[in-house]
Amino acid sequence: MKGFIIKEFFHIFRDRRSLIILFGMPIVQILLFGFAITNEIRNVNIAILDKARDASSERIVEKMLASGYFIIDSYLESENEIESIFRQGKIKAVVVFGPNLERNLGAGDTGAVQVIADATDPNTANTIASYAASVVRDYQAEINPDVALPLQIIPEVRMVYNPELKGVFMFIPGTMTIILMLVSAMMTSISIAREKETGTMEVLLVSPLKPVQVVAGKVLPYILLASINAAVILLLGYFVFKMPMQGSLIALLGTTLLFIITALSLGILISTVAHTQQMAMMISLMGLMLPTIMLSGFVFPVDSMPWPLRVLSNVIPAKWFILILKGLMLKGVSITYLWKEVLILVLMTVALIGLSVKKYAIRLA
Amino acid sequence: MTASEPIISVEGLTKKFGSFTAVNAISFQVMRGEIFGFLGANGAGKTTAMKILIGISRPTSGKATVAGYDIYKDTEQIKKSIGYMSQRFSLYNDLTIRENIEFFGGIYGLTTREIRDKAEALVEKLGLRDKFNRPISDLPLGWKQKLAFSVALLHDPKIIFLDEPTGGVDPVTRRMFWNMIYEAAYRGVTIFVTTHYMDEAEYCDRVSMMVDGKIEALDSPARLKEMYGVNSMNDVFLRLARNQTRAEIA
Repeated sequence: MKGFIIKEFFHIFRDRRSLIILFGMPIVQILLFGFAITNEIRNVNIAILDKARDASSERIVEKMLASGYFIIDSYLESENEIESIFRQGKIKAVVVFGPNLERNLGAGDTGAVQVIADATDPNTANTIASYAASVVRDYQAEINPDVALPLQIIPEVRMVYNPELKGVFMFIPGTMTIILMLVSAMMTSISIAREKETGTMEVLLVSPLKPVQVVAGKVLPYILLASINAAVILLLGYFVFKMPMQGSLIALLGTTLLFIITALSLGILISTVAHTQQMAMMISLMGLMLPTIMLSGFVFPVDSMPWPLRVLSNVIPAKWFILILKGLMLKGVSITYLWKEVLILVLMTVALIGLSVKKYAIRLA
Repeated sequence: MTASEPIISVEGLTKKFGSFTAVNAISFQVMRGEIFGFLGANGAGKTTAMKILIGISRPTSGKATVAGYDIYKDTEQIKKSIGYMSQRFSLYNDLTIRENIEFFGGIYGLTTREIRDKAEALVEKLGLRDKFNRPISDLPLGWKQKLAFSVALLHDPKIIFLDEPTGGVDPVTRRMFWNMIYEAAYRGVTIFVTTHYMDEAEYCDRVSMMVDGKIEALDSPARLKEMYGVNSMNDVFLRLARNQTRAEIA
């Protein structure tokens, strides 16, 4: 067994491709998701068309700059320029102040402030518009501190578990899930398929090693590597992105190991079907990675999917692992609250291993 | 060569895949120290029969013992007593000669010391000392195959199964490979070999010819040629295979 595992490490460390997938990709992905891909907005270029040119419009523009969300790219002279500046693509929104803003306000009339946002990216446009609107509301509250409308209802919104709505808190559990899936399922299925392709699997089966030992020998190194990957991601998340760690660390590590084993058993199942490395890779990518990314709730919220996809998402192990991770890291709940998710993963693992054994037995008969 | 006691004994061995009978009630014996040629066209069922004997496939019915062990009950014991080398080169290309020897010695339960001694003797014999720590992928195919054969013999098996061991190798290397086979047979190892090359069949002590899942002929090459009144094993093969009805399944 020891020799087998050593040999497996030789395979991994001598193949530059698998090294890059194993160690380069997790770090690059985490940094990408953490820094570059974010749904927060910051430093958005906007243009101002100020027809009022009075103290109020000036004050609002100042507040917009001070908020940190906006950078003023240019001041426009007339409506005609709006279209062309959007087309140049330099700015995401134009804020238009109607003429006589201050006078109208003084007269108790409504002053006009218009926000025109580039909705080619609807999410960003929405966020920009609501940020801009909130700056204007702030100003309104500033100039009329005492005016209270009768029967005013102001909902007080509090965002719990991620008060700053940091996107990275969502990306780290998601990325970790995907990387563990990739390393465990894809890499093992490819490495087993490789032995089949080259004919060495036959030699191993003819040897006194039991099939269980052969599979264990192939899988154990990947458990170790996937665990190292998980640790690296968690450390990056904790130290670089200040990801909170509210719950028990032991529960987190335990469930991570469970998920690695679930993914490995998926990899073993794939390798009972795939005879070549190519095939193992295709099945892993199409049949596994794609659903994991799309349906796990990592990119698209599961609750807003149409019901067939919602039902389908239940068989994706990643969905349950992401729930566990978020529960443990962000909410700090105790593992006893997550028993259902843990149980589902355990059952999935048992079913997958059972299925692989059965497939293997059929082949042997 | 002591062709006295059977080391492989097969009786009425049958393997069906659904309604298809790949191996149809074959019976034969292989004697200790013999070079036994297991011949047949593609799809005749020889690979299936061989897989049953080496314990990676289960027969539908029939009896067989390999090295004195029953193929149903004692596959563990059988696996320890046999060596196997397939047409598809069966060492790890990305490992060095030393690592391959250590690995395969290890899975057959040899001690570190035994492995070291055997590795020494092996590279000395094959003249591969300077390549000892090079990946196998650096070696030409002929050398790889000789090495694979030596590695399959590392644990001193009683029988070695060779599944078309010389596929894709040039005639000179094939000749050298057969010298190694003779040498092993001389040391008392029983050789069970499948091949496509009829000139190789001439090198065997006895050959069996499989056609459509059955053994149609089994004797020494000289006797077979006499029996069919031809001059070469190639003609014997053509005589027998002419009646074949089955297409390739493998």
